[in-house]
Amino acid sequence: MHPAPSLIAFSLLSGLGFGLLAMLGLGIAAPEGLVGTVFWGLGLGLSGSALLASAFHLGHPERALKAFSQWRSSWLSREAWLASAAMAVFALHAGLITFAGWRIAPLGWLGALLALGTVGATAMIYAQLRTVPRWHHWSTPALFIGHALAGGSLLAGKTVLAGILLIALGAGQLAAWWLGDRLFARSGTSITRATGLGVPDGIRLWEAPHTGQNYLTREMVFVIARKHVAKLRVIAAVFGYAAPAVLLLLPSVDHAIAAVAVLCHIFGAAVSRWLFFAEAEHVVGLYYGRGR
Amino acid sequence: MTDLPPALQVKLGLVIDLDTCVGCHACVIACKGWNTQGDAGPLADADAYGKAPEGAFLNRVHSFELTPETGPAQIVHFPKSCLHCETAPCVTVCPTGASYKRVEDGIVLVNETDCIGCGLCAWACPYGAREMDPVEKVMKKCTLCVDRIYNETLPEVDRVPACVRTCPAGARHFGDLGDPDSAVSQLVAERGGYDLMPDQETGPVNKYLPPRPRDAEIDILAPFLEPVAEEPRGFMAWLDRTLERI
Ligand code: SF4
Ligand code: SF4
Repeated sequence: MHPAPSLIAFSLLSGLGFGLLAMLGLGIAAPEGLVGTVFWGLGLGLSGSALLASAFHLGHPERALKAFSQWRSSWLSREAWLASAAMAVFALHAGLITFAGWRIAPLGWLGALLALGTVGATAMIYAQLRTVPRWHHWSTPALFIGHALAGGSLLAGKTVLAGILLIALGAGQLAAWWLGDRLFARSGTSITRATGLGVPDGIRLWEAPHTGQNYLTREMVFVIARKHVAKLRVIAAVFGYAAPAVLLLLPSVDHAIAAVAVLCHIFGAAVSRWLFFAEAEHVVGLYYGRGR
Repeated sequence: MTDLPPALQVKLGLVIDLDTCVGCHACVIACKGWNTQGDAGPLADADAYGKAPEGAFLNRVHSFELTPETGPAQIVHFPKSCLHCETAPCVTVCPTGASYKRVEDGIVLVNETDCIGCGLCAWACPYGAREMDPVEKVMKKCTLCVDRIYNETLPEVDRVPACVRTCPAGARHFGDLGDPDSAVSQLVAERGGYDLMPDQETGPVNKYLPPRPRDAEIDILAPFLEPVAEEPRGFMAWLDRTLERI
């Protein structure tokens, strides 16, 4: 699939934002005073700007409100509801804490639930697609939520928790890469099943339907060289998970080290999210001579 | 709502005969023509006269080469458009309700004034049957020519999808696949019509008829074409020898 920068930025930032909000809502991090205000602002700002970015990715952003109508069947619609609900609950919760000094814990828990629900719904938009076998697996929501929790605790300054979560997340990501490489073959969809013709070695695309590109080939038939995949995976694993975990679990972590860990993680996670899209093969590629 | 309708009685769709399709792309052009001029049009192109022309099409013809273990290779032309699936994944993913499946005949349509152009339905379709209009930024797909098939201002012969009407090889058939007695259903039963990508569990209404096995002996003319003399004679032989010597 085409790794659209807007989608990578949106899913990454909203994950971080909602992860941070969840940490604050659960009371795992409870910064006071001005610092608290800054944290709430950061969480709401990250998730809010990510949602705006995603709306502008649409062909018709002016019709975005219509996307709330189909929550019964559509994960994208559910995501819109959950995100708005989470933002509303957290805005209220943060407002009460900052301006009235009231910390109503259950309100924070509700917000945390909605925030993680939002991240889960985002992931389900991908995981529901049987057409992309690499995504069509429970590991997709698990990893998205894992990124939100690890990234959120990292931003919230919970160094030990973040270190442990990053190690678990890194292990999960390695397993998902290993597994993902096998899911297309396991899905049963192949060129012979796609066309109903021939035997796997005895069929090839002789002539494509068009000489140039089209919407489908640009969106869904994205290919990256395998040798780059291996390198990018190493970069993602080292920067995204291993290095920040090591930094955070150092005996003493000051602000500078924490900042480096945050930057490392965001860079690595962005590479990992880029791979999430770029490596995902859509079954329509079979009609364009990709895979068997 | 983008919930799917319950099991339908009438299932309008196409039956595509891979044995007869000659790969002329006439259906592609007829489809583009009708849908760019019709009610839902235009069906836009980007950079149509430039270096990298590209446009939205609702029907495309792929061609595959089959190499059986024995016998000669064979080319199969493979037209592909929306299969109006019974459990259409493109419909249920749509957040706005723009994508829907009609209860009365099972046609899958996009209500363009509701479409936000998120593209998710195109991701959900395994067959590549949906394309974003590069100018209008809304999703386009085969309508089964819903603006022809019920159109009483057209002569009866034209009340079929444009691709079916135009196909010079008669490789495209239109009808009700929900009625076991219809001509299309009979054709499917007779010729072993099949579904594309059954593993995707989309329940496509459109069916494909397999190419018939080719005759083993295809060299009909060879016996009449005895090889001519390999060695030149007479004047040609002299010329040959002379030229060799120079
Ligand atoms: S062929 Fe694709 S666009 Fe058409 S109904 Fe099936 S899934 Fe939807
Ligand atoms: S592109 Fe339009 S029709 Fe397709 S899912 Fe999005 S809103 Fe629905």
